[in-house]
Amino acid sequence: MLDKQGIAKRIAREIKDGYYVNLGIGIPTLVANYIPETMDVVLQSENGLLGMGPFPFEGEEDPDTINAGKQTITMLPGSSIFDSAMSFGMIRAKKVNLTILGAMEVSENGDIANWKIPGKMVKGMGGAMDLVASAENIIVAMQHVNKAGESKLLPECTLPLTGINCVKKIVTELAVLDVLPGGGFKLLERAPGISVEEIINATAGKLIIEGDVPEMVI
Amino acid sequence: MNKVVSGADEAIRGIADGMTLMLGGFGLCGLPENCIAALVKSGVKELTCISNNAGVDDFGIGLMLKQRQVKKMISSYVGENAEFERQLLSGELEVELIPQGTLATRCMAAGYGMPAIFTPAGIGTEVAIGKEVRNFNGKDYLMELAFEADFAIVKAWKGDTMGNLIYRNTARNFNAVMAMAGKVTIAEVEELVEPGELDPNFVHTPGIYVHRIFEGTGYEKRIEQRTVRKKD
Repeated sequence: MLDKQGIAKRIAREIKDGYYVNLGIGIPTLVANYIPETMDVVLQSENGLLGMGPFPFEGEEDPDTINAGKQTITMLPGSSIFDSAMSFGMIRAKKVNLTILGAMEVSENGDIANWKIPGKMVKGMGGAMDLVASAENIIVAMQHVNKAGESKLLPECTLPLTGINCVKKIVTELAVLDVLPGGGFKLLERAPGISVEEIINATAGKLIIEGDVPEMVI
Repeated sequence: MNKVVSGADEAIRGIADGMTLMLGGFGLCGLPENCIAALVKSGVKELTCISNNAGVDDFGIGLMLKQRQVKKMISSYVGENAEFERQLLSGELEVELIPQGTLATRCMAAGYGMPAIFTPAGIGTEVAIGKEVRNFNGKDYLMELAFEADFAIVKAWKGDTMGNLIYRNTARNFNAVMAMAGKVTIAEVEELVEPGELDPNFVHTPGIYVHRIFEGTGYEKRIEQRTVRKKD
């Protein structure tokens, strides 16, 4: 089974040289730590920055320089700043190559719910709806089951949707899965020490298994 | 073309009960702190506030919420604010949550003189309820209307007396789009300079969009999430 760092590490392997990448809050943020230094990757922060760098050194925090999670960050050489309209303009125009975000539920046709629990959580969708509606390459980082032990990979989402038919790949503590264009979660890889049986038990939606499923390399 | 006012109290003159305001900033970054303080002091109420976030309990728009000056918030993300949540759940505060890109682009549309935009954000979700859907090239888009705001209140780094503005780092965020979108736009700046001192090539908001400008004082610039790394 993978921990959060492990999920982030596995997702980092999906990033290609030359990509512009938007990382959501939570596990996706950790992905930045595992991008190989040999790769030329530019991180987009949707509050208006391309070229996001690591956290500043203690004492060098700048209140005018934050990421979409409102964390103090730095800007790498070659960074650019823009306003919020342009930021979502480049997202809508599909200039951002890869979007990685968290989810509460994903359905077998690629619908995603990650912004609202009626009566409980009303924080808002932030930029998530814009990202999932426009991005062509969306990877979800999440736990396979929720705290109550229920599968988060479902035939249909039960929570209010963030977007429809948009998720392409899911990486959980148990597995890597593709969401097929015709529907269904195709099992690609097992986490170290996890059996196909365990993944079947943790997946409520349609799971497609073809041949031997390799253990993931991270 | 001198748009300089004496300070925040004069800048917010004309803002009356029931009006719609845009307030720049993202989280606590790039907030018009002086104008928010003046609005709190003025006691103006029943406001509709368009702002990406609602501040925290004791900073930003949170200060106006505490005084019960806000009737309705139009935002994309409103976590981090207990008083906000309390007023929302008790029904005292009306809230319209909209996608962040839609929020920004509805401001942009106002500043560009376009009545509406089409965006895929929210298609198939509750955001789409009651809205016109148009299909372009096989993909569905929601029609979203340009905002109409009586006043837009923004914070910039530098400005000149003609209203030209330059923002600093990610404090540009919604400030640059909202500056274009108000019927009246108020800009507070950290440094107010004379015409000619800002390089025209690096002006972010042309002064034509700005009606009132002043140099603010005592910026706290609070940090919401202080994240650092240790020097080895």
